[in-house]
Amino acid sequence: MTTITPYRSTARDTRDGFGQLLHAEWTKFRTVRGWAIGMIVAIGVTAAIGIFVAAGGANQSCQAQGGPAQHGAACGGSGLLLGPGGEPVTDNFYFVRQSLAGNGGITVRVTSLTSLLPSAGQGLGATSSRPGVVPWSKAGIIIRASASSNPRSTYAAMMVTGGNGVRMQWNYTGDTPGLPGAVSAASPRWLRLTRDGDTITGYDSTDGVHWMVVGVVRLAGLKSIVQVGLFTASPELPVSAVNIAGISQGGGGPTASTAVFDHLSRSGAWPASTWTGGYTVGDLAAEAQGIGGFRQVAGRLTVSGQGDIAPAIPNQGEPGSAQATVAIYLIGTFVGLIAVAVVATMFMTAEYRRGLIRTTLAASPRRARVLAAKALVVGAVAFVAGLLGAVAAEIFGTDIAHSHGRQVFPEPWPTEVRMIVGTAALVAVVAVLTLAVAAIVRRSVAAVTIVFATIVVPYFLAAVATLPVGVADWLMRITPAAAFAVQQATPQYPQVQAYYAPVSGFYPLAPWAGFAVLCAWALAALGGAAYLLRRRDA
Amino acid sequence: MSLPAAELSRARYGRETLHAEWTKLRTLASTGWLLLSAAVLTAGVSAAADAAATCPSSGCQADPAKLSLTGVQAGQAIVAIVAVLAVSDEYSTGMIKVTLTAMPRRLTVLAAKAALVAGLVLAAAAVAVGASVLAGRLILPGHGFTAAHGYPPLSLGDRPVLRAACGSVLYLALIALLGLGIATAVRESAVAIGLVLGLLYLFPVVTSAIGNQHWQWHLQQVSPMTAGLYIQATTNLSSLPLTPWQGLGVLALWSAGALILGALLLRFRDA
Repeated sequence: MTTITPYRSTARDTRDGFGQLLHAEWTKFRTVRGWAIGMIVAIGVTAAIGIFVAAGGANQSCQAQGGPAQHGAACGGSGLLLGPGGEPVTDNFYFVRQSLAGNGGITVRVTSLTSLLPSAGQGLGATSSRPGVVPWSKAGIIIRASASSNPRSTYAAMMVTGGNGVRMQWNYTGDTPGLPGAVSAASPRWLRLTRDGDTITGYDSTDGVHWMVVGVVRLAGLKSIVQVGLFTASPELPVSAVNIAGISQGGGGPTASTAVFDHLSRSGAWPASTWTGGYTVGDLAAEAQGIGGFRQVAGRLTVSGQGDIAPAIPNQGEPGSAQATVAIYLIGTFVGLIAVAVVATMFMTAEYRRGLIRTTLAASPRRARVLAAKALVVGAVAFVAGLLGAVAAEIFGTDIAHSHGRQVFPEPWPTEVRMIVGTAALVAVVAVLTLAVAAIVRRSVAAVTIVFATIVVPYFLAAVATLPVGVADWLMRITPAAAFAVQQATPQYPQVQAYYAPVSGFYPLAPWAGFAVLCAWALAALGGAAYLLRRRDA
Repeated sequence: MSLPAAELSRARYGRETLHAEWTKLRTLASTGWLLLSAAVLTAGVSAAADAAATCPSSGCQADPAKLSLTGVQAGQAIVAIVAVLAVSDEYSTGMIKVTLTAMPRRLTVLAAKAALVAGLVLAAAAVAVGASVLAGRLILPGHGFTAAHGYPPLSLGDRPVLRAACGSVLYLALIALLGLGIATAVRESAVAIGLVLGLLYLFPVVTSAIGNQHWQWHLQQVSPMTAGLYIQATTNLSSLPLTPWQGLGVLALWSAGALILGALLLRFRDA
């Protein structure tokens, strides 16, 4: 009796592992010459546009905040003043000061803070300005390392503001709220600062009897002799809105503020006996107009001035000026995205067009895994392409800007790494999203157009065209284009009023939160694609 | 059935080709739907832009004709799709081989396609632009664009407004021809639509990031979208780098270039 053994394949059963599937998809990708060319095009245009933008920057004219524009060599290295944290800052305000040797303190009562606003399209001439509220006008007491504006100079201050109550601020970026409400003769504010070594403590009070600690800060390396006194600052108002037709609604402009102080008292050793007043940067424009000064009458000090002591905000002027950030060199990303989307679309639709999908699914019947392998391959290739494009754009762009003598906002290296790696991740996830959309609609034109309409068009409308800020912010919150937030170069400071909009490089979501929105869209599309791939005939 | 070219008069051959292309285009369900959605999108976005605009009593520098034709910038994407599909669908299904066997004069085929697509887009664009101007006429006075502020109601009797409206219709037709030329040149639909959309949006984005005004000026002069849309401007004409008709001419050059490139490749390449 013979036993008939049924045929058994001798192929090892590991052959349908995920690794094999990945290898198969990678082979498909790399053997189509057009797709490799598409990815190289993506790298090339991203870098080339960055370089082009860097080369076509504005002819440099650096301008001290509120001061007259200076050209060429007159700028020196002072185009951007850096604070203790390395961030660019504005440090120009009216300062009435004396030296304090060693430990001590200063106490004062503020009874009034009033401001003048520019009239539409006018400067701060006496006839055209009108009284109003500047939310972040500042008046109060300050302890700082230097009398005039110096790089990396430290300070701590207690102040009343036009619309944000009492604040304690230090080293430009630090900000803690104190008593709320506006200051007036009927409800004055008492402010106190004390110095003990490197430690500065700020207090506020409504009556000069009951004091509350607002904040305690350490100013590292503070010298024995410090500059202490009263100050007034009044920042420029930003353009408040631009509507869809590009019509500026409510122009900004310089403001001026005046504060009245009394009940001034000091403790500690004060070698000089009189107060010295002046702008921390010799501000010719403001002094020529007679804005800024102090008067002392019978224990009452009136200090007026303009300018600000705060972090500097980029992109508030002309594009490509010294106020720009390295983010503009990444503007080619959107063209790279189109190229990557075209390749990712074809990576899916070519299977259907050639009927290859039937072979693919016969060889690997677990269809969701095919989709996963395809997504991994196209995502990884797109990540590399995005990374190369972004790195080239940033390096060559910065290089060219420097060789033309242009200054750009310096970024700490973790921010720059986040922008570059974030851009690569953005390109990768867009490739995956496109692949999933292509698997759902199975038509090339439809897939490219859907991705274009949901990513490139919202980005274009929000970051280039002049949509109202509210609409632009919402587009950048809910559409996949939210991921462009990874390209935000500088943080948005609540204590500085500026035109924070996608068009000036400020996105409504935090960088990785915006990226998560794109990931959510990609995951949803992948889920839909996997479901349809299983349910539908190939 | 092949049309023996030698036996037919040129005019007859052209008519037959046109008829064949018309049958193909007409019987695709997508053509009608896309043209309809292009018209609806154009008019809808225009009306939304009208509703979002305000002209405060202190006056504004708005251009009401341009404002009420904003939707053209959205509608052009769908017009480009129609044009790309008219060509690349033939390649993706292999139909092109049948077409070129039946009608061996390839340039006549391309000319027939171009004439039909341009004609269809002109018709859809005329409806869309007419609706946009009407929406502007009805909506804008309620948002401060009144005669008291120096804005009489939009009217096609106004020569600049008439030029902006007719020019916008021509603009959309030229975008279609640009898409048709590029699709003929590259054949692959995904690549073609990517190229058209990239070409249209590349220049405005780069222009916005560049600070050098000299470069900006030249970029605006060569940009198919920016220059082409100058045809919609009715105010501040002296501040534009080109006159409206010159601007539309720039787009026409792009379209002609794409068509010539497509024609050459179609003529000398295997299908």
